[in-house]
Amino acid sequence: MVLPDQVLYAMEAALNGLLSGVMYALVALGFVLIFKASGVFNYAQGVMALFAALTLVGIQQGQVPFADVINLIPGVEVHGFGWTVPALLAIVLTGLVMIGMALIIEALILKHLVNQPPIILFMATIGLAYFLEGLGDTMWGADIKTMDVGLPQGMSGTIDTVTNAWFGYGFYVDQLNIVATVVAAVLVALLMLFSQYSKQGRALRAVADDHQAALSVGISLRFIWVLVWSIAGFVALVAGIMWGARSGVQFSLSLIALKALPVLMLGGFTSIPGAIVGGLIIGVGEQLFEFWVGPLVGGATENWFAYVLALVFLVFRPQGLFGEKIIERV
Amino acid sequence: MNDMAQDGYTTADGRKIGGVLMEMRNITLRFGGVKAITDISFDIREGEIRAIIGPNGAGKSSMLNVISGFYVPQEGEVWFHGQRRAPMKPYEVARQGIARTFQNIALFDGMSVLDNIMTGRLTMMKTGLFSQALWWGRAQAEETAHREKVERIIDFLEIQTIRKTPVGRLPYGLKKRVELARALAAEPKLLLLDEPMAGMNVEEKEDMSRFILDVNDEFGTTIALIEHDMGVVMDLSDRVVVMDYGKKIGDGTPDQVRANQAVIDAYLGVAHD
Amino acid sequence: MFYREAGDFKTSYPDDSQTFPIRFDRLGYYAVLLLGFVVLPFVLNDYWTNAVFIPFLIYAIAALGLNILVGYCGQLSLGTGGFMAVGAYACYKLTTAFPDINIVFHILGAGIITAGVGLLFGLPSLRIKGFYLAVATLAAQFFLVWLFNRVPWFYNYSASGQISMPERTVFGIAVTGAQVAPWAGYMVCLVFVVVLAWMARNLTRGATGRKWMAIRDMDIAAEIIGVNPLRAKLTAFAVSSFYVGIAGALFFSVYLGAVEVGEAFGIEKSFAVLFMIIIGGLGSIFGSFAGAAFMVVLPVLIKLVLVDSWGWPTDLAAHIRLMIVGALIIIFLIAEPHGMAQLWRVTKDKLRLWPFPH
Repeated sequence: MVLPDQVLYAMEAALNGLLSGVMYALVALGFVLIFKASGVFNYAQGVMALFAALTLVGIQQGQVPFADVINLIPGVEVHGFGWTVPALLAIVLTGLVMIGMALIIEALILKHLVNQPPIILFMATIGLAYFLEGLGDTMWGADIKTMDVGLPQGMSGTIDTVTNAWFGYGFYVDQLNIVATVVAAVLVALLMLFSQYSKQGRALRAVADDHQAALSVGISLRFIWVLVWSIAGFVALVAGIMWGARSGVQFSLSLIALKALPVLMLGGFTSIPGAIVGGLIIGVGEQLFEFWVGPLVGGATENWFAYVLALVFLVFRPQGLFGEKIIERV
Repeated sequence: MNDMAQDGYTTADGRKIGGVLMEMRNITLRFGGVKAITDISFDIREGEIRAIIGPNGAGKSSMLNVISGFYVPQEGEVWFHGQRRAPMKPYEVARQGIARTFQNIALFDGMSVLDNIMTGRLTMMKTGLFSQALWWGRAQAEETAHREKVERIIDFLEIQTIRKTPVGRLPYGLKKRVELARALAAEPKLLLLDEPMAGMNVEEKEDMSRFILDVNDEFGTTIALIEHDMGVVMDLSDRVVVMDYGKKIGDGTPDQVRANQAVIDAYLGVAHD
Repeated sequence: MFYREAGDFKTSYPDDSQTFPIRFDRLGYYAVLLLGFVVLPFVLNDYWTNAVFIPFLIYAIAALGLNILVGYCGQLSLGTGGFMAVGAYACYKLTTAFPDINIVFHILGAGIITAGVGLLFGLPSLRIKGFYLAVATLAAQFFLVWLFNRVPWFYNYSASGQISMPERTVFGIAVTGAQVAPWAGYMVCLVFVVVLAWMARNLTRGATGRKWMAIRDMDIAAEIIGVNPLRAKLTAFAVSSFYVGIAGALFFSVYLGAVEVGEAFGIEKSFAVLFMIIIGGLGSIFGSFAGAAFMVVLPVLIKLVLVDSWGWPTDLAAHIRLMIVGALIIIFLIAEPHGMAQLWRVTKDKLRLWPFPH
């Protein structure tokens, strides 16, 4: 099959967009979980991913937490424990840290903000985001770190060969993106199974449906909150690993995660399929837009394309693609 | 209704009721597939106290929402002041002189009582943004003029002492009164009251009834109200519309309605077939 | 004892609705004005003027603007940085295009242009509510910053991509540019702050303010009592953006002098101003000032204590500052959602009765 070059390049861009869309969806998933179960719009989700990635790298490389602070004590000079922790163990440990964080967040913040309007909770999570960002840097240092948990990286040979055979032009696709797609699929499947078949999952759905009713049949709201924040922490960890492996562990990681917001606006805040479809649309959309329109207007359109797309879309459909229609009552 | 002259009637207590102020013609309102109101017609005459009653879910509140423009009916016509009302936004309806209170008090919790009542006069305040920003001449004079009007209503409803209190801190009964004050501040031609006495004790109900009668008497305001308390409705109102399952099953003076078999069935609960 | 309203009878409605109903407050207010205009310009050294007072005054304007939108009208915006950038670039374009016109008019013009842009981005607010709107305002933030970064016309095709402020004078005294005396910049900012704060107060206590607050407290009820929601929201967006635009213009022309848009007006700026009004007090003029003062003084204080006295590394101090700010936001939202303004009110209520509280 022979296609014009422009079409091939566009297809390549779209394919890569699709795969980064999966990454967006991964972060968006964490938002949806927390929003459904507690009505909290967790702005800190992106910073949680950054924090998880920092912690993972720190544990793996045997860094001493708060080394910069400890070193302030005269005569003390620590740099690291001098060991390295296997990737898998480090991931498990980081997972535990994220669960611990969920417990602390519930006890110190959420518990005190029950019954506050959503906008107050939202602003509290912005505060949380700042705090976590500062904490992550204080604990592990602000230098850019590389994440290496043994994920395959670099050009995928298979795709190159296959597309070369089909079109006579090999697509460049990073293997990491393919891994991320598989991981995301597994994660979504696990979450679905969990919420459908486990007791906690049912409780979760009950709370998402109706807080009051769930409380009245004896579901502990505090437990549910810890649970969803733990799961969201775990999702943040996965997202942190993927993004960190792709572009290094640094502050910009939390900004990339911000892009999950327009994803959510497209998909609707309460829908897991919405998060995925929204992620894909934005991933593909911004790649194609940058490919066709970018060169005409100076490039770097991916900085804003997602937001403007979501904004325009919302004006016509305020509840998002999959959200429920809002009926206003007096 | 047929026995009434076109240009009004005189009530039992000797008040003169005028011509038709508002008329609902064959109103049908649907939410998706559900019919909340089916083909209802009735009128409200100038100066009268008109009640809409019916069991829970009869569609009374929906009817009030249609009148205040919050819901737009799929079928039927709304006539006000002898003119057919084009579909319009709720704030345009308010500007035509229709004010209302709400079943679940809808006051502005972050503002003081005085400011809440002053919002009732917003439709009449005309100075521009710039003049207000400078607080010169017109803006200040206008503010003072409206404040005087509002103070009269505050006196009338006997809430002078709580003028500067934030509304959020008031007890339920007073909130209801402030809400009435806000509606009155708009000097409405038609005042809609959505369950003005819900959740009140006997004493508070008596106070509220007195205020409603006084408003009608002193300002000549036409009032349409929804209320559950049968005794209150029958005492207060000149004419009553009875609704059940979205349909009108009775319309007339309290005595006529009380004798209406369909109404008795609806309240005593006869099996619908 | 001196702080009380007993014996201070109001005999007219205008008297009753004045800004400072208590005489002691009125005197305090005049004292602060006197201090700001007459005393401070002579006693402040350059460091304090440049590091604390000028940024404080400019942020106070931005906070006033955002407070009008968020605190009074209830429309959450995360686009403040982007709108400040509009003000800065509008001021730059105006002053380079019309160098003969006084800079004060350019700054006002920048405010008006920003109001227009704000109006545009406020249009979706009729259909989008709550944090959907907050995220939508991020579109403004990212798009505007990108626009000023990528379209060379905005920075007059300068090689660095930066904009820098030429020297401009007011009454023959340089207020911008390299040769400016700090007190001159301070005075310009102070005049703008006083006038704008006074106007904000007037707007929020009158009909417009009531419309905004009605929309904030219960938008459906507001519409039913006769408030046109789109108009009310759009005026809030326009007025708010006017303030934010002026703040941006001053930030660029008087404070920084040269600006790279992503650095000066990034999303951090949006959050910084939002934090000011949360900590200071949503829906409070005084709160806007308190919050701005707090957020400007805090880093200075941290630097003084941690870096200068204790000798901690600068970057560590910066990280700890983030933690402190984040924690403070949460603490304020939990303990006192109305911010420092409410603490101030409570203190005053206690003072009113002191020393005989019963």
